[in-house]
Amino acid sequence: MYAYDEIDRTLVNERVLEFRDQVQRRLSGELTEDEFKMLRLQNGVYLQLHAYMFRVAIPYGTLASNQLRALAHVARKYDRGYGHFTTRQNIQFNWIKLSDLPDALADLAEVGIHAMQTSGNNMRNVTSDQWAGVAPGEIEDPRIWSELIRQHTTLHPEFSFLPRKFKIAITASDHDRAAIKVHDIGLKLIKNEKGETGFEVLVGGGLGRTPFIGKTIKHFVHGRDLLSYIEAILRVYNQYGRRDNIYKARIKILVHELGIEKFSREVEEEWQHIRNSSLQIDDEVIEDIRSRFIYPAYEKLPHMPDELRQAAADPDFEAWRKNSVAPHKVQGYSIVTISLKPIGAPPGDATAEQMDALADLADKYSFGEIRVGHEQNLALPHVAKRDLPALWKALDKLGLATPNVNLITDIIACPGLDYCSLANARSIPIAQELTRRFANHELANLIGRLHINISGCINACGHHHVGHIGILGVEKNGEEVYQITIGGRADENAALGNLIGPGVKFDEVADVVEDIVEAYLALRERPDELFMDTVKRLGVEPFKERVYATR
Amino acid sequence: MPLVNGGKIADDGFVKLAVDTPLPEGGDILVPAERFIGEADALLKRAGKVGVIWPNNRDISELVPYLGKLAVVALVFPTFRDGRAYSQARLLRERYTYRGELRATGQVLRDQFVFMLRAGFDSFEVKKQADAEAFMQTAKRYSVFYQPTGDGRITALHRRMQLRHSEGVGT
Repeated sequence: MYAYDEIDRTLVNERVLEFRDQVQRRLSGELTEDEFKMLRLQNGVYLQLHAYMFRVAIPYGTLASNQLRALAHVARKYDRGYGHFTTRQNIQFNWIKLSDLPDALADLAEVGIHAMQTSGNNMRNVTSDQWAGVAPGEIEDPRIWSELIRQHTTLHPEFSFLPRKFKIAITASDHDRAAIKVHDIGLKLIKNEKGETGFEVLVGGGLGRTPFIGKTIKHFVHGRDLLSYIEAILRVYNQYGRRDNIYKARIKILVHELGIEKFSREVEEEWQHIRNSSLQIDDEVIEDIRSRFIYPAYEKLPHMPDELRQAAADPDFEAWRKNSVAPHKVQGYSIVTISLKPIGAPPGDATAEQMDALADLADKYSFGEIRVGHEQNLALPHVAKRDLPALWKALDKLGLATPNVNLITDIIACPGLDYCSLANARSIPIAQELTRRFANHELANLIGRLHINISGCINACGHHHVGHIGILGVEKNGEEVYQITIGGRADENAALGNLIGPGVKFDEVADVVEDIVEAYLALRERPDELFMDTVKRLGVEPFKERVYATR
Repeated sequence: MPLVNGGKIADDGFVKLAVDTPLPEGGDILVPAERFIGEADALLKRAGKVGVIWPNNRDISELVPYLGKLAVVALVFPTFRDGRAYSQARLLRERYTYRGELRATGQVLRDQFVFMLRAGFDSFEVKKQADAEAFMQTAKRYSVFYQPTGDGRITALHRRMQLRHSEGVGT
């Protein structure tokens, strides 16, 4: 993980003081609510249905155990004892008081955590692969570059008042766990023929009311030019992105309206002016950032320790291991995903007690490091295989060993109408009902990998367009109606789902999903043909026929 | 609306002209963009300094032929949240090397001062008296900057390099 130095710490503390002043001016009436709104939004504070909501950044999904404890502390002291992990490597607290916010921020600043630009029309938290630095086959650790971008985008003097929010994601693996194709800028770390590090740059991806898959704007941008190239994209967007209509203000609309060729020419022209400026990064700078990432001192361990062999006799352990444990780049170690999707509970929530206990487990078993993924699960990135059985027992006691990672009950959902002032429909109760319908592990396992994504409004925070099964709640004549799509995906083969038929009522959603799954089980060619592949092979029609035949 | 110039609340010596206001004989004037472009030669010939108020949706490079003769370029923030003029400011300072007064107008609050200073603004028509009075204190709020801009402040990356090298000398 990245260790803040005095320079980073100073900036975070200065930001806390500034925010304290802003809150004070609001409380004293010196700032109107409208003026304050823009200021609080620069710092992750939304006014929701019942209270202020506070969103804290977990840059590129990497957390140290003391940072997780600080999040637990905020949940306990200033909120209602829990937090909610989001689809963009943030955590949200839903019940915080305005007057407490500066203190909560100050407490987080002590461990190098902040809420800068977790909302507002600026460059948001930079996200990355939650397995960065440990995934086998990864080209190099993308977090070095993520950190470089994090710093560069923090309180940027030119791009803090963009037409709309701006999200950057970065991956260095062939299998994309960071959903880079649905980001404003997606970066895929690659090497050129000389072995130098650079990036394939994608632009204009995004979900929301007008979803687009990102397009490649440049096949190779050398690492030394990364900041100037991003700056060129942002400068074109800042000047020409639409500001007359909030729904057309994202860069994806600009790219779409200009066309990728014209847009890339504009960027190229701007880039030629600035690429040889002080934005150019030399190797020493990269090495300096790299030197402040702390990597574990791995032991030389056997591939198959006795502890693991013995535990294999326990079917419950095996069920968990099969879907929660992934290969690590170092022999004898594993990456362990921790499901925050227990049956019947809201996806992505963790209590303060769970966070504290998990921090302890990270210290004991994962070199004090925790990761947060966009699927709203956590991970311990460096677990020795011999420790897996003990870790599993400990997680199980905490309610954190639900063996459903990547299965149908591993649902991504936004907070929906239970919390959010933008929502038109409930999301969490739909997710809860679905997890109950598919609670049987054998059934879920038989179905195999299947991602359900639920959004409670067109803004698509639950990424419904890219769910294998996507559920979008809308409001129609005062009623919640849900539109269901199939065939979406967020990985390297990102695609938008297709509507399967007319919208259905709240009470019918789980039935329809069950019917879709039943259709899949009947239609698949072999037990190992995944839902996605069956949909790809057959299209929407056969599903539509089966699901809507009796409706 | 108080003007902050050179870090202090100052009198505004410029009179703002509308598109159709008769041209005063002498004195310093601030002219809307279209009038300036239309009458540039006449305006620049008269006694008194000339500045231009440039909207945030018009290409700033149109001003390049006149930059050496302009005393003020006033850029506009129609609302706090509309940040186009930050790009215009940086282009003026960093690409077109404009050295005259660069003024921020519109909805200017203390919370933008640091961004504006970094983008190259050096004068500010501030909406609220209290914000104008807090200018110096607010401008010093930050001591760490991650991005290089034309203001010449040392960035965090470069400061780290300096620290590294100075440590290297001693050891």
